[in-house]
Amino acid sequence: MIYVVIVFLWVSLLLYLVMGGADFGAGIIELFTSTPNKSRTRRIMYNAIGPIWEANHMWLIIAIVILFVGFPTIYATMSTYLHIPLTVMLMGIIARGTALTFRNYDAVNDNMQKIYNKIFVYSSFITPLFLGIIAGSAVSGRVDPQANNFMDAYVYSWLNWFSVAIGFFTTSLCGFLAAIYLIGEARDDAERRSFIRKARIMNVAAVVSGGVVFIVSIKENIPLVQWVFGNFIGIAAVGLASISLVLLWYLISKGKRYIIRVLAGFQMTMILLTTTYKHYPNIVILKGGGHLSLIEHRGADKAIQALGIALLLGSILILPALFYLVWSFQKKSANGDADLHH
Amino acid sequence: MAARSQMALSLGFHIIFSCIGMVMPFFMAVSHFLWLRTGKQVYQNVTKAWSKGVAIFFATGAVSGTVLSFELGLLWPTFMKHAGPIFGMPFSLEGTAFFIEAIALGFFLYGWKRFNRWFHWFTGVVVGVSGLTSGILVVAANSWMNSPTGFDFVNGQYTNIDPIKAMFNPAWFSQALHMCIAAFAATGFAVAGVHALMMLRKSSVDFHLRSFKIAAIFGVVAAILQPLSGDVSAKMVAKRQPAKLAAMEAHFKTEPYSPLIIGGIPDVKNKKVDYAIELPGMLSFLVYDDFKTPVKGLDEIPEQDHPPVAVTHYAFQIMVALGMAMMALGVIYIIAIWKKKGWFEKGWFLKLFILATPIGFIAVEAGWTVTEVGRQPWIIQGVMRTADAVTPMPGIHYSFYLFTAVYFTLSIAVIFLLYRQIKMVPVIYDVNPQTK
Repeated sequence: MIYVVIVFLWVSLLLYLVMGGADFGAGIIELFTSTPNKSRTRRIMYNAIGPIWEANHMWLIIAIVILFVGFPTIYATMSTYLHIPLTVMLMGIIARGTALTFRNYDAVNDNMQKIYNKIFVYSSFITPLFLGIIAGSAVSGRVDPQANNFMDAYVYSWLNWFSVAIGFFTTSLCGFLAAIYLIGEARDDAERRSFIRKARIMNVAAVVSGGVVFIVSIKENIPLVQWVFGNFIGIAAVGLASISLVLLWYLISKGKRYIIRVLAGFQMTMILLTTTYKHYPNIVILKGGGHLSLIEHRGADKAIQALGIALLLGSILILPALFYLVWSFQKKSANGDADLHH
Repeated sequence: MAARSQMALSLGFHIIFSCIGMVMPFFMAVSHFLWLRTGKQVYQNVTKAWSKGVAIFFATGAVSGTVLSFELGLLWPTFMKHAGPIFGMPFSLEGTAFFIEAIALGFFLYGWKRFNRWFHWFTGVVVGVSGLTSGILVVAANSWMNSPTGFDFVNGQYTNIDPIKAMFNPAWFSQALHMCIAAFAATGFAVAGVHALMMLRKSSVDFHLRSFKIAAIFGVVAAILQPLSGDVSAKMVAKRQPAKLAAMEAHFKTEPYSPLIIGGIPDVKNKKVDYAIELPGMLSFLVYDDFKTPVKGLDEIPEQDHPPVAVTHYAFQIMVALGMAMMALGVIYIIAIWKKKGWFEKGWFLKLFILATPIGFIAVEAGWTVTEVGRQPWIIQGVMRTADAVTPMPGIHYSFYLFTAVYFTLSIAVIFLLYRQIKMVPVIYDVNPQTK
């Protein structure tokens, strides 16, 4: 049953990266869109993510619940030593969720909209940045339960170039995902071209920030190169991701809208696979070479058992409904039904 | 202390957002049903207007819930490290229920004219049912902290963990029942009060009268049922947490014919209550159905295990008083629908309901204060002290200031948003039948 739970944890993280990431990315795209085009981008984005917005963010809750029920030591350690970035991320989540709701549900259309939009775009940027920083900190080996002063224990655990570089890498991935998704939602050629240009910029940003991650990892003595390229799965995943990226750009020029989404999702899967495969089952690497492992630091057997059953039952209920939701609104938007205002 | 305040603050807000988020879908479903049945446009308008309220509260409730799932660890890592696997079962199921609610809400909000009308209605009902289920599950997790079961605590080790038994701990039913009814009563009166205000202002009267009636009947029925569940809860507390009951009642001395103490100012130093009304034997009767059996007082409980008596006592008195007020209002309402239909147009009748707008939620907050403060100094009753559970990170008070600022801004923003929604009712909806 422990493996069922681990698979669910991994899949929730992946789905959050893909669905939630595209969602954050939409805000990032808006942040980097010139003012005259902003409202158009916003309308397309809202039509695309409105109905499934809430569901996208459930994956994070699922992952957190799995952590605290199944792996309480890992949850407790991370939330103690990464308290500050987690708090910033939470602020981002609050600001973003409420700003999105407010701009859709404010009955009066006036200057308040500008404030909501500002909050929305900046929090869309900050939240994945800190999400990436947290993920980077987990493997950077800077989390130090033995630290005896405030800075070492609670600040340098996450404030290092490696984690920050991963943060920017995550942010550009989100932007890339969103751009790819929105290409398919564009209503005319000009919009389409604009999203393709954005996808290209985000792709470059991801490659550059990814490169920076590697350079910084060498400087900070984190054996990232060895983790990624030191094993067959890692090399294969990077290779497949690269091939699929080339294919993706080819298909964009051919005007395929669904297959490019699948390919972008596939790339995320490969990235998450390479970055987690080598450490598995370790999930947090501590200072001084210790680690927190999904196997060694799991909760009591009965708790894992119950959690696994709950997750299996839950997915029987959730997945069909979720697919039906996505499918029925995709179908409507493909029919050119623009009237999503109720 | 800052950690406690931050947790109290976050939960205090979350409890309001989520109560409304889980109860309003039921109002919405009733109005939706009436529209489908009668075809009256006004019911569809009411449904749509309420669905926006639901969307706002669901989003804020979801966000504040996400924050809480992190805060548990950010503030109480030691507690979560040990308790997570034991009381995690309701949380893992709650994840599912919440997810379904989010999906159903997506269908409902964006599904007008897109699906079969009854399927669309059904998705609205699913929103309500799954919301209520999440609420029950979360309360079950909280009740475990009051009556921990499903594990053995030997030499500081938690062994023999049984999450199912922990979920169905002895207090889960009484607490969940009490909370659900409270949510219906509080939301019912709050929504009814807002619509009563609009009726008094003669704005879109037909729209607001119909909304008022649907919301009020939920609130009234819940308010009248609530004392029964309160009695069940009190008996459970007497059995599992005598210190909490003693603090609620400011009951210092164990003696036969234990009195029920109403109001008063507890004087903890001299172990007495000033200016209170005492009804001899009534406490014994309420707890044991017999006037003589002594109820355990604070004198039989070691001092280091005493909860803050004054806060618990005041909070309990406020909750009961407001509960009684709502019940009285409920009786007036029932008279109005049976005998005095004209009251619905009377200013005093509407004013009473306007006055009652916040009292349900004040009672909810007070009741929640009773259950949380009354459990102190324990975070897990009799097993772990709150002081031992808190994060080792210094400077939590900064985090508290930050969260306080955020939550206050958020509340002001939500109120502002609702105000604008309500103000726009005559513009957005064609609510005046004469113009049709």
